[in-house]
Amino acid sequence: MNRRPWVLGAVVTAVFLFLYAPIAWLAIASFNSSRSLSRISGFSLQWYAELADDTRVFDSLRLTLQLALASAVISTVIGTLAAFGLRRAFAGRGLWTVLLSLPLVVPEVVMGVAMLGFFVKLAGVPLGFGALLFAHVAFSLSFVVVVVRSRVSGMDVRMEEAAADLGASPFVAFRTVTLPLVAPAVVAGAAFAFLLSFDDVVISSYLTGVGSTTLPVFVYAQASKRGISPEIVALSTLMVTATALLLIIGVVIASWRASAGSRVTSR
Amino acid sequence: MLRRWLKANALLAPTGVWLGIFLIAPLVVVVEFSFATRDTGVARAVLPWTTQAYLTALDPAFLPIFGRALVYAVATTAACLLLGFPLAWFIARHGGRYRTALLAAVLIPFWSSYLARIYAWKALLDGEGLVNTVLGWVGLGRDGGFLLTHGAVVLGLTYGFLPFMVLPLYVACERFDVRLVEASYDLGHGRVSTFFRVVLPGVMTGVLAGSLLVLVPAAGDFVTPKLLGGVGQSTFGSVIDDQFRGGNNWPLGSAMAVLLLVLVVLVLVLRGRRGEDVL
Repeated sequence: MNRRPWVLGAVVTAVFLFLYAPIAWLAIASFNSSRSLSRISGFSLQWYAELADDTRVFDSLRLTLQLALASAVISTVIGTLAAFGLRRAFAGRGLWTVLLSLPLVVPEVVMGVAMLGFFVKLAGVPLGFGALLFAHVAFSLSFVVVVVRSRVSGMDVRMEEAAADLGASPFVAFRTVTLPLVAPAVVAGAAFAFLLSFDDVVISSYLTGVGSTTLPVFVYAQASKRGISPEIVALSTLMVTATALLLIIGVVIASWRASAGSRVTSR
Repeated sequence: MLRRWLKANALLAPTGVWLGIFLIAPLVVVVEFSFATRDTGVARAVLPWTTQAYLTALDPAFLPIFGRALVYAVATTAACLLLGFPLAWFIARHGGRYRTALLAAVLIPFWSSYLARIYAWKALLDGEGLVNTVLGWVGLGRDGGFLLTHGAVVLGLTYGFLPFMVLPLYVACERFDVRLVEASYDLGHGRVSTFFRVVLPGVMTGVLAGSLLVLVPAAGDFVTPKLLGGVGQSTFGSVIDDQFRGGNNWPLGSAMAVLLLVLVVLVLVLRGRRGEDVL
């Protein structure tokens, strides 16, 4: 159908350039010898060296990682259950869908001030890790449900019925048939939840307490005073590199397993 | 039938409890706050009930701010659609075995710090930045660069929200039956006519879901306008933020938050049931 596929290809290349330009620029600027982000004056590793020595950054990085991990685990578990709950039609499913779409569309600033007002000032939950965790799960959950649900609803029910016909108990059928089928979506949902929590500035900024500042909030406070520090640029560069490497490894393993799998079945 | 209903609700119960306590209850409290009398210095608003906050929030003085936030949001949604649709279509239709990898490649940049990305744009767009330098070579440069312009804000917002547009669009494009396009060509329709009569209605659920995920959150965002647009660029979000952080007028901030929530409900109602399965 694409009589001129190069037009589409050119547009897609341009969009990818747009997506990667700031990241590439961050990577270049992280090796800059001056503090400036806009003018590159020479090569140096000093920001990486300073990053390695900065305990405050590492303390908040550790807290942010713990929070993102806890939030991702909780929202993935209960979100996956919810995605299975929405699998078949039942009275009230529309209402559940509306409830679940709320965290996706309510602006962060509204959620932030609402949570500050309610569970910090009214319910007496102290600012800090607990408050952050409650909030992060609340705004990540829906993303997990959306991602897992798209996979669950596309799944062939006859596979599980076949397992049951062949004598598998519901638990065994779930573990050996259903779970492997939805696993990619569950992993994607968990990654999404982790990312949302790890990068959240606005909601977290209302809920961080003394000694429990997350990295994005720490960076935001610093940046509004004297611009973003080159150390953070170095840290961002390391994080994107690590993610990209993990992804490449994942793709390689997946394609290797796929080709191994097709060899087995073709035999 | 009853068993199925019970089973579904049991599976949904943990999510319902969590969202009920940590999302719905707080939003209800915001509505309550919005009708409260201003209580200086103390966080807890007190009685008697009043609509004063709404009268202040709807004051014509705030109109340009709301208007600006809405224009930013609509422009961002349009830009995300224009960039996101070719990308989603390409990945879904021509990605082949690399589909998942390409989709992940869209998300990789977002593993860097959000603030670092905004500052990267700041550096690229300012007077001595790369964009202005390159455009200067072809005579399109601008004194002082492109920072602190409306365009810079929309660019930053588009960059930040693009993945939320691409993902639902991708799902819709993947489900779309391409044979319909061939049928349309066979029946004598041209490219433009085919796009508007066959492709667009076919992926409409994704367009609606993506726009929903971009429009309202973009209207409430204040970090991007603040950093790329400068201090003069107050938006809906920044005014709410000011009331809670500095101004300490919780009822006014709450009333504005409720106005944004009304926008959310309006958009949800307008969407109706379309695209429910994509989102």
